[in-house]
Amino acid sequence: MPLLLPLWEKVAEPKVRSDEGYCSAAASRGMEMATRQTRSLARAMMAPAVILLLIWMIVPLSMTIWYSFQNYNLLNPANQNFAGWLNYEFFVTDPAFWQSIGNTLMIVVGVLLITVVGGILLALLLDQPIWGQGIVRILVISPFFVMPPVAALVWKNMIMHPGYGVFADIARFLGLQPVDWFAQYPLFSLILIVAWQWLPFATLILLTALQSLDGEQQEAAEMDGANALQSFWYLTLPHLARAITVVILIQTIFLLAVYAEILVTTNGGPGYATTNLAFLVYRTALLSYDIGGASAGGVIAVILANIVAIFLMRAVGKNLER
Amino acid sequence: MARAVTTRRKTIATAAAWLIAFVIFFPILYTVITSFKTEPEAIAGISLVPSGTFENYVEVQTQRDYFRPFMNSVIMAVGSTILALIVAVPAAWSMAFSPTKRTKDILMWMLSTKMMPAVGVLVPLYLIFRDTGLLDTRLGLTIVLTLVNLPIVVWMLYTYFREIPGEILEAARMDGASLWNEIVYVLTPMAVPGIASTMLLNIILAWNESFWTIRLTAAQAAPLTAFIASFSSPQGLFWAKLSAASTLAIAPILIMGWFSQKQLVRGLTFGAVK
Repeated sequence: MPLLLPLWEKVAEPKVRSDEGYCSAAASRGMEMATRQTRSLARAMMAPAVILLLIWMIVPLSMTIWYSFQNYNLLNPANQNFAGWLNYEFFVTDPAFWQSIGNTLMIVVGVLLITVVGGILLALLLDQPIWGQGIVRILVISPFFVMPPVAALVWKNMIMHPGYGVFADIARFLGLQPVDWFAQYPLFSLILIVAWQWLPFATLILLTALQSLDGEQQEAAEMDGANALQSFWYLTLPHLARAITVVILIQTIFLLAVYAEILVTTNGGPGYATTNLAFLVYRTALLSYDIGGASAGGVIAVILANIVAIFLMRAVGKNLER
Repeated sequence: MARAVTTRRKTIATAAAWLIAFVIFFPILYTVITSFKTEPEAIAGISLVPSGTFENYVEVQTQRDYFRPFMNSVIMAVGSTILALIVAVPAAWSMAFSPTKRTKDILMWMLSTKMMPAVGVLVPLYLIFRDTGLLDTRLGLTIVLTLVNLPIVVWMLYTYFREIPGEILEAARMDGASLWNEIVYVLTPMAVPGIASTMLLNIILAWNESFWTIRLTAAQAAPLTAFIASFSSPQGLFWAKLSAASTLAIAPILIMGWFSQKQLVRGLTFGAVK
């Protein structure tokens, strides 16, 4: 669809004559010019965004790759030289690396399990006719808008604190020994906090998808004697499949990069118990000043994220074709 | 009979939903309540009735200069959103209205830049910022936030613009509307809701961004994310003050978020779920 029709009309006003053949030839020539013009204008409009993102993507990333092959420590910056694969070797053979990969996976899988299963159940509940649905929705969605440092600090100090936290109060009320969550179950505690932040997102997306479900189909299924479980399994779940895929993929992208929650709760500890790959790279870069090693870690993180990204792009790309 | 069953079912569903909603919302509610308690009260066990002191809010402002990070957050979130819109509106516009064979590839590629983990470019960006004096400046962080969110902004605008029917433009032209009139009277009114929604979502995302804002700032340009994170190594009693600072930090965005639920779904799923 040409964007600037009036403009090209001025440029390529066809001389109308009684001869039909001539007229259509001129018109098509005008059309061609218009298309060309529209196209160059379209390109000019796109250029700033494309160029900016191109720079944003290529410059730092190629620098990361470059540094990853350098011996470069900020504590001794004069001594910079080519390192070959040494940085990768050190980074990958560090026991902390494999622990961080394990933690990264635990965080991603754990949070996904809680949020997807919980999100489906919650969306099904909120899809029922209930009183005050609007307010319930607002309450449920709220944690998503809480900035990560606030979420993490509130949970750590006011909810899960072994002395004064709400969990400890409840435990004492029930006559149990309060649990020191971040000392005894650091990774689980972290997963719980991150899941709290992402459950609203999953619920909201799934609820939106659920509301587009055809009510008549549901009724027909009930008429045919399908029980609630059957109609959920054969009707609702397939309908939600696409939304679930999107939730999983988008959350994975963000969950691979969990950072602030770790920083303010455990700082990666005890030991490396809650250090994920993103946090390990940060530790290497800004705490050990090891630019080469951190860059190697960064490259590995990029590769891992890209594997996930490929799947996400496919899912979103399909939508574009519709 | 059927009616009684329905009402009963609705009552049970309502009770369950409200209970779960309360549990999920509780940490936020408790933060707000605690912000009105005194420090000894804050650690005295669960109590949903604060003494109602405003002392914490006053103290957060006077002792820790809350206003500065708050203004930093406002400037960076709004500034980066406006910058992103200036770049993204023409781009999304041309992609929606004169798509070419490569439009889809470009959109996909833009999305892929969003997938790049921040730690992948932490080192070079930190060094570049250090060497150019952009570390701990509002300008530097505004630029980063603009670039981080630019793909989402382009995508979201694109999904909105794509829904503006082309026939309306043609009809306007038939009626002899000039290009200027076309833009002012036909396109703008149809595009504004989409732009506003995009703006809202982007402000939320920029406000809560917690990697670059923490890593690239210190005392000068630290927005609320970095300010709150600095509470993680506390001395003495501080929960009530932490709560007050937290309440102020999340309140504006929480309210904006409540109004943008639908846009959120659309923006964060890149139009895949509507």
